[in-house]
Amino acid sequence: MLTLQKFFANNKRTIVIGMTVFVAAALLLQYAFGLGFISNWLYGAVGVIGLVPLIIKAINSLKFKVVSIELLVSVAVIGALIIGEFSEAGIVTWLFLLGEVIEDATLAKTRSAIKELTELAPQTAWRVESPTDRNAEEVDVDEIDEDDYLLVKTGSQVPVDGRIVFGDGHLDEASVTGEPLPRHKSAEGSDEVFAGTNLTDGTIVVQATKVGEDTVFGKILELVEEAEDSKTGAQRFIDRFSKYYTPVVLLIALIVGIVTQDVRLAITILVLGCPGALVIGVPVSNVAGIGLGARHGVLAKGAQMLQSLSEVDTVVFDKTGTLTTGHPAVVHAQTLSEDVLAWHLAASAERESSHPLAAAIVEYARTTHSIDIANLPAVSETHVIAGKGIVASVEGHHVAIGNEALLAAENIALTTGDNDTNEWKHQGLSLVYVAVDGQLRIIAGIGDALHPTTITALSQLRERGIKHLVMLSGDGQATVDAIAGELGLDEAHGGLLPQDKADFIKQLQTQGRKVAFVGDGINDSPALVAADLGIAMGNGTATAVEISDVVLLNSDISKLPTAYSIARSTVANTRENIGIALATVLFLFIGLFAGFIYMASGMLVHEASILIVVVNALRLLRKKLDGGQVRKN
Amino acid sequence: MHKAILKVNGMTCPSCLTTIQTALTKQNGVGEVNVLFNAGKVKAAFDENATDAQTLANVVSELGYSVEKVTVKEQK
Repeated sequence: MLTLQKFFANNKRTIVIGMTVFVAAALLLQYAFGLGFISNWLYGAVGVIGLVPLIIKAINSLKFKVVSIELLVSVAVIGALIIGEFSEAGIVTWLFLLGEVIEDATLAKTRSAIKELTELAPQTAWRVESPTDRNAEEVDVDEIDEDDYLLVKTGSQVPVDGRIVFGDGHLDEASVTGEPLPRHKSAEGSDEVFAGTNLTDGTIVVQATKVGEDTVFGKILELVEEAEDSKTGAQRFIDRFSKYYTPVVLLIALIVGIVTQDVRLAITILVLGCPGALVIGVPVSNVAGIGLGARHGVLAKGAQMLQSLSEVDTVVFDKTGTLTTGHPAVVHAQTLSEDVLAWHLAASAERESSHPLAAAIVEYARTTHSIDIANLPAVSETHVIAGKGIVASVEGHHVAIGNEALLAAENIALTTGDNDTNEWKHQGLSLVYVAVDGQLRIIAGIGDALHPTTITALSQLRERGIKHLVMLSGDGQATVDAIAGELGLDEAHGGLLPQDKADFIKQLQTQGRKVAFVGDGINDSPALVAADLGIAMGNGTATAVEISDVVLLNSDISKLPTAYSIARSTVANTRENIGIALATVLFLFIGLFAGFIYMASGMLVHEASILIVVVNALRLLRKKLDGGQVRKN
Repeated sequence: MHKAILKVNGMTCPSCLTTIQTALTKQNGVGEVNVLFNAGKVKAAFDENATDAQTLANVVSELGYSVEKVTVKEQK
């Protein structure tokens, strides 16, 4: 019996096409030529062919004490054949199997978003015996154990989470951290690398620390998979309902059949008893919604999270690393000389320094003044003066970069043209001075800069219906106020400890607000838990992924309006599908009692309603989303 | 308890989900069963003294769904 079942499973399409041809021929004979006698034989044949796989499945399920819808349909079709309703029997089995094939194809589409993600997962790896061994053997990722050594060449994918034990190179980690620029990593630092990232240049040997589903990427994948099948309250209700629905329908049909002695009515009830759109409507919307999110770098841990997100009216942000980049950057700068030579010299000297503020100066020179940092003037001598700054000789110029104490030590007059710099200090920025040959040339205010997308993201959130925007920070109130003014927030509070943030959120909730908290997921955990919805900026750590309800994979605040829109659309789509499903049930029962619905037409409506809800859900995937570009790869 | 992860093909309709879930749950020694309809996976917790992953895979394939791959994870 198993082989027969396999035969039908493998040749499903062919069989359905054959049945379709038979049904078409039967219709033609019946209506065009009036040969109802022959067409009845054709319908009968279709009914019998279609019945075989149905009966097999029905019996197999019965063995495990499960009343499946195949059982309902089988009984109905057998009944129809016995009372001589060949056309009904044929058309019902044909529609049922055709529906399965079409649903299979359309469902595959709603699942495509997650497939794209799965395909990013590494499949094979090159295993070596030791860090210096080059006789690599290609193995399936499943065969790799922890502590194995794996060779990764330019252009290929890192197969595991691990540490570099040999070589160096640049890694594109966009799939895990969302960081768009490749990062340099090497064996010297025994740097960590992640499965699913790409080595853009160099050759490295990695020793595995985590493999397969335990890797960060594996966890993300697992999360999406589980999320897609997670259930909202409404869906759990429908599940329970459909569990009893099928056996109850069987029972009702039996009673109706015995009481009314109307076999035709009884078998019609059996066909109508297939729980179609009702069961699939909600999950299919959720899959599409979560898939759409995953495609845009928004990871919702479940359909329930999308539901909550759609109801949020207040968003509370952590400042550092959420609204701001979390890395020091030049926020304001004054150039006191006419040309940009000072910036060239400053960038040269600062390249020699490992001070975090130095990197900010170099980055500002590169982006704002378009200075090519690969072709900087040569530095002949540098001295780092602890606590003050750096002094360097660059192409004969004496360059001093540092704080006020350095200027004093160098005997350079502090001539600020206006009061701006005092204001910068007040905002909590660190001031860095650049002097060339004893003359002050540049004053830079360095601090934690806003994410370039923050302002747009916040105004989009307001446009889309978020009423109250709040920022909470551990930083001083002056720093907080400076940023709040720029962003036009409703409230901004500084000097808060992690627990204070959580208390503040609870206070907002007592005012009847639905609060989402957006934070970087580690020190913000009390607030993430206290809020109705915790949203983490995914920075590639498993902790951040685990603690929150929604993760913005790219650590990019511009994904937040996108996430909100996705949540709203998904919830709306779910409601539409529930509406369609209930309307179908209502229509079928009215039709049954009014007498215009029989077996075949009932099955047609049933299959059509399933297709309608699936196609409706597919609309979600096609949705155009502004606010954040589509993440490919 | 161990956890069996079965990769299953041919889950086309939601009733397949219910069928597999009910059938596995009724097996001796099986705990929580989670059918990931969209990912095409079935995850089942089982008592390794009462049954094994292959038995569970056989149940699923007897129901008419082909099992592509069986993985077992030990859980502490």
